[in-house]
Amino acid sequence: MEPMVLMALLIVGAGVLLALGRLAAGPTAPDRVVAADTIAVITTAAIVLLAAAFDSPLYLDVALVYGVLAFVGVVAIARAIEGGP
Amino acid sequence: MTDRTKSQVVVFAAALLLWLLLTASLAWQELLVGTVVALTVALATRDPGGFFAALRFEPLAPFHALRFLGTFLVALVRANLDMARRVLTPALPIRPSVVKVRTGLESELGRLLLANSITLTPGTLAVDMEGGELLIHWVDCPPGTDMEDATRDIAAGFERHLAGFVR
Amino acid sequence: MAFLGKVLMLVGALFCLLGALGLVRMPDVYNRIQAGTKAVTMGSLCIIAGVGLLHPDWWPKLVAVALFILLTNPVGSSAIARALYRSGVRPWRKAGEEES
Repeated sequence: MEPMVLMALLIVGAGVLLALGRLAAGPTAPDRVVAADTIAVITTAAIVLLAAAFDSPLYLDVALVYGVLAFVGVVAIARAIEGGP
Repeated sequence: MTDRTKSQVVVFAAALLLWLLLTASLAWQELLVGTVVALTVALATRDPGGFFAALRFEPLAPFHALRFLGTFLVALVRANLDMARRVLTPALPIRPSVVKVRTGLESELGRLLLANSITLTPGTLAVDMEGGELLIHWVDCPPGTDMEDATRDIAAGFERHLAGFVR
Repeated sequence: MAFLGKVLMLVGALFCLLGALGLVRMPDVYNRIQAGTKAVTMGSLCIIAGVGLLHPDWWPKLVAVALFILLTNPVGSSAIARALYRSGVRPWRKAGEEES
């Protein structure tokens, strides 16, 4: 693995850990939703980085599907908070 | 061309483009299947109001769209440098407030694009939309801002370019 | 070209980290959404552009991922913000400022 890609992955990992801290700390449910949304997007980027690290474009499809599912989840939770249909 | 047909043409083009990006090939078999799939998607889309019909099919429209994209990318980079500065400053220099902004865009698509751009540009987040008014959370709101100031500072730049290619 | 790609990747990773830092530091949920959305969107786009420079033959799929992030991320944030606003959460103000 190239050192710069590894370094980028480490930085992104630190970001996910920080966001996980917010996810654990809350204090309210919406804070956790925002943290989860952020983690999902950072993870999508991290999967793209993994594709570069392992030199395999298959991971790009994983990233795309992961992004789609995360977005649908966030909108569903937002709707639930709003109390609408 | 009715609004519904126009919208379907746009959906067809977008679906075909996504297909081409995902398969990354121009072999005739892929193109054939892609066309069939995109056509199915376009015909199956239930969109009586014609969501995408707000796009203007005019010769100058692509030019305006490119200009919009340019403005948007510059604003995105500025937004991030701005946000980075705020987050890294120990005193956390923010003056958050909620302001209203009026938009002249009539279509849902135009308003969606405007709200998206506002969310991704310096210090502003589109919160809600009612009629022609957008509710915006502004991280650094100068004291005593009214609707005209906010409209000019936040929305006017994008709206000028957007109006060139959507209603 | 490959070097520029790697630099872009690092810059993108740093922006992702900054977004997460903003998420931790900001005082209320609206500001957290702002920090989270903007920095992370830009960070992801930089990373994707960097990978695109390292592997030029992957660009169609990378463009699809980038377009998707660019279109959905602000929509998701606005959806959360609207839900919050409608359920009655008001933005935080600095101590000493009156409600306007």
